[in-house]
Amino acid sequence: MSISSVAKLGRSSVDKCAHLGRALQFLVHLLSIKPRPLANFKYLMEEMFAVGVQSLIIMVVSGLFVGMVIALVGYTILAKFGGAQQLGQLVALSVLRELGPVMTALLFAGRAGSALTAEIGLMKTTEQLAAMEMMAVDPYSRVFSPRFWAGVYSMPLLMLIFSSVAIFGGYLVGVRWLGVDAGSFWSNMQVAVSFRYDVCQSIIKSVVFGFVVTWIAVFQGVDSKPTAAGMARATTMTVVSSSLAVLALDFILTTMMIGGW
Amino acid sequence: MKSRTGDVVVGIFVILGALAFLFLALKVSGLTSLSDNGGYLLKANFNNVGDLKVRAPVTLAGVKVGNVESIGLNAKTYQATVTLKIMPNIKLPGGTTASIFTEGLLGNNYISLTPGYEESNLKPGALITDTHSAIILENLIGQLIFNNSKKK
Repeated sequence: MSISSVAKLGRSSVDKCAHLGRALQFLVHLLSIKPRPLANFKYLMEEMFAVGVQSLIIMVVSGLFVGMVIALVGYTILAKFGGAQQLGQLVALSVLRELGPVMTALLFAGRAGSALTAEIGLMKTTEQLAAMEMMAVDPYSRVFSPRFWAGVYSMPLLMLIFSSVAIFGGYLVGVRWLGVDAGSFWSNMQVAVSFRYDVCQSIIKSVVFGFVVTWIAVFQGVDSKPTAAGMARATTMTVVSSSLAVLALDFILTTMMIGGW
Repeated sequence: MKSRTGDVVVGIFVILGALAFLFLALKVSGLTSLSDNGGYLLKANFNNVGDLKVRAPVTLAGVKVGNVESIGLNAKTYQATVTLKIMPNIKLPGGTTASIFTEGLLGNNYISLTPGYEESNLKPGALITDTHSAIILENLIGQLIFNNSKKK
């Protein structure tokens, strides 16, 4: 009885390690493919459309609401201290440093990541990947690589759009509705936000998040059990583990950026 | 044909991203000139810089004319040496004074310049000699209590 439960623990740890190992192997294989930008351009564009463009609406709408909420909450708190003029700075810094990259990555994992996993999982379940290999088409360069790079390229673009829209939402609520002076809203923001430290670091963050989220999404699809239940599990795992990875990595990256390297 | 329209939409997506980048760079972080190296340096010695930080604004008549480039300690005089970067189109006459003020009650410290009346302009690297240090709230309160207790 006790031996068997220890054996169960051992089995599950070995399985976890093997899973991680397969994920790393997959990444190395994916990155070692020779880039053929001209031949694969068409596929990359198709995936950019599916992954990036189709996530645009959810990013714009949620960015607008995030910015408006920060401005509303921030205004009521700052007004107590007589510092409502600093609202622009509050909105811009919180969006650029944290909310922009993180919210984009979480929404991206839910909107595009789960779709990638389901698509590749279904390809595996219906043995389309095996059929491709039979026809000497490498699924890595035809299926996985364009999807992976489309995710890595789309994420910073989506983050930039999300952040801009969120700051605009903050402007709408703060200046147009609550009556903060537009001049001090923008000028306090410009004094506080540094291009190199805030804008560039948020781009670095979102490139890292795009890399990790797409890697997890594509790998979960490839590694899914070829059954209906297996696919359901793989899609869930994509959203759960990429959300956790994004939040943990965000903490690590922020620590590095505040510590200054 | 289907792929062509897809390409156009992706192109628009990329352009939107670039526009958002420009918005963040120019409007949000106030990056007016891409080469931020323009401008000349001035030095000023202060007895106490208080809470002044690097990149704090330098203003003249309330208008931003530059940034604090660096803050260091002069080991001989025990004064703080602040290097200011002033925009190249701003020419300051000799006898200009520099004071450290605080924005509002909770705001950051910044340097305010008051132009002098001399004929010649300050050259790059010149030292501003007439300075007013930051006002430290604790010292003020201490003085107030000290004065009050002397009166009694």
